[in-house]
Amino acid sequence: MTATTETRPGVLQSIGAQTRQLSFWAENAAPIGLVALVIVFSILSPTFLTLGNIKAMLVAAAILVILAIGQAFVITTGGIDLSISATMTLGAIGFGLAFSNGLGFWVSALVAVVAAMVIGLINGLLIAKGKVTDFIATLGTLSVATGLALIVSNGKPITVTSPELLTLTSGSIGIFGYPIILAAVVAVLAWFFMFRTRFGLHVQAVGGSEESAVANGVSATKIRMAVYLIAAGLAGLAALLLVARVGAAEPAINTQYLLNSIAAVVLGGVSLTGGKAKIVGPVIGALLLTALTNGLTLLGVSQFYQPLAVGLVVVLAALLTRFQKK
Amino acid sequence: MTDQYNSRPDVAPFTGSTPARDFILTATDIKKSFGGVHALKGASMTMRRGEITALIGDNGAGKSTMVRTLSGIHKPDSGEITLDGKVVTFDNPKAAQAQGIETVQQNLALVEDLTVWQNFFLGREKTHGFGPFRTLDRKLMRTTAADLLKDLAVNVPPVTSKVRRLSGGQRQAVAIARAAGWGSKIVIMDEPTAALGVQETARVEGVITSLRDAGVAVLLISHNFDQVMRLSDHVWVMRAGMAVAERRTAETDGDELVALITGAKAA
Repeated sequence: MTATTETRPGVLQSIGAQTRQLSFWAENAAPIGLVALVIVFSILSPTFLTLGNIKAMLVAAAILVILAIGQAFVITTGGIDLSISATMTLGAIGFGLAFSNGLGFWVSALVAVVAAMVIGLINGLLIAKGKVTDFIATLGTLSVATGLALIVSNGKPITVTSPELLTLTSGSIGIFGYPIILAAVVAVLAWFFMFRTRFGLHVQAVGGSEESAVANGVSATKIRMAVYLIAAGLAGLAALLLVARVGAAEPAINTQYLLNSIAAVVLGGVSLTGGKAKIVGPVIGALLLTALTNGLTLLGVSQFYQPLAVGLVVVLAALLTRFQKK
Repeated sequence: MTDQYNSRPDVAPFTGSTPARDFILTATDIKKSFGGVHALKGASMTMRRGEITALIGDNGAGKSTMVRTLSGIHKPDSGEITLDGKVVTFDNPKAAQAQGIETVQQNLALVEDLTVWQNFFLGREKTHGFGPFRTLDRKLMRTTAADLLKDLAVNVPPVTSKVRRLSGGQRQAVAIARAAGWGSKIVIMDEPTAALGVQETARVEGVITSLRDAGVAVLLISHNFDQVMRLSDHVWVMRAGMAVAERRTAETDGDELVALITGAKAA
């Protein structure tokens, strides 16, 4: 008798502790996963935690971090941007064409961002004004942007040798290369606009309940236009880093950037149904995915296994988000 | 016994003898059709200052259309609305709000993933700074929301908690306090306690009464006759797109109201 009365609260307590733990894991999937990966890879590979590799990883992560932030704005409104990597490709080709026609770095950079934002504008118009499902609209513009990039580049990569791009890709302050510093600036600005301004509050409100937001005078149309423009603009910025990294503007599809940008946001604990904004989470998610790829490469695991690993991590993270506190 | 200020005695026969200046709101001969459906066929009603006016009627009688017209969601096809003696027209809910008419929607129009204070100020945020770096004045909004809620409700949720975590009654209190918190002259409430339990209904009714005591005119749409008898000072009855009768609450009872709604008793 006494035994049962003593154990019962004990069992209840441990169940309570477990559920608490589970939601704790779900809330912090990205940072915990990142720390776990770093520990595992640093045990398995002596080069993983060297300064040189950390620097390389951070530089490699910059593009994904910027795309993930763009994607986070869209997903916070309950939408999704499948065209984000194709938009980046189009931006890169825009940059390459402008640069090879002698327009100089800054003008070419502007061309890249503007070309990308045209796709964002089309997305925004289709989804916000045309009431087309985000999935279909951005699937369409994914194809459109990819096709345009192929057409204007004639399917060939455009080699770019720009001293500015060289500085961008090779310059650094300590172990932080310019690309990751740029990404960090983007992240800080994104956080500021999401959590400290009227615009960010309206983004969250539209994602949480469009009907209620509209009833309170928020223009859901404007907000949706804005988030797709932001995602596209950031894709244009990422295009510069991509060209700098590759040394050429390639009309490649870059599917892995699309999947990883969504994966980073999901890893970061943002609900695909919208309404819950996070910026730090997606950034850490992007770092995690980059560390995962980097670690597997260092361990000599075949490249073929990398999509598998990324896929498993994302599905696990998505499962974990079910246990997030409401 | 007809009212000298009532221009349509056939529609709304008995209004006592209230001087026009005591009406905070009058709606006269409001017509509104949706395609072939004539939702309002020339309805007229009034609201008195500092009173809770109940609007009752069967489903499809035109209550919702009337309310939506007053809150600026629908533009009437014809008819006149006066607020404080001045003729007003509302192109949208914002315009009605600007004139001092706030509406608590039946779905409350709260965003569950946002906090109480964020919901409170949604669409009317207080900010400081300039241009794109204009930031939300979070401190001011939090303290203001907390103060307004404290004045109205007994069981106050912390303003930093998410609406998702609140009970139905607390949500209702937040929505009502939000509507009341803008110096409003009139607060319209559509079935405020329809989804609530007994205790929570009592709390929300307390909130509505304290709103009236603060001098706000309340238009209450309710199916609950007990509630109408408990809370309201004046009752308007709608039937088939017309406001067919009005009564002082003290001078009527539930049976008469039912008869008026069904048409068993002609005004």
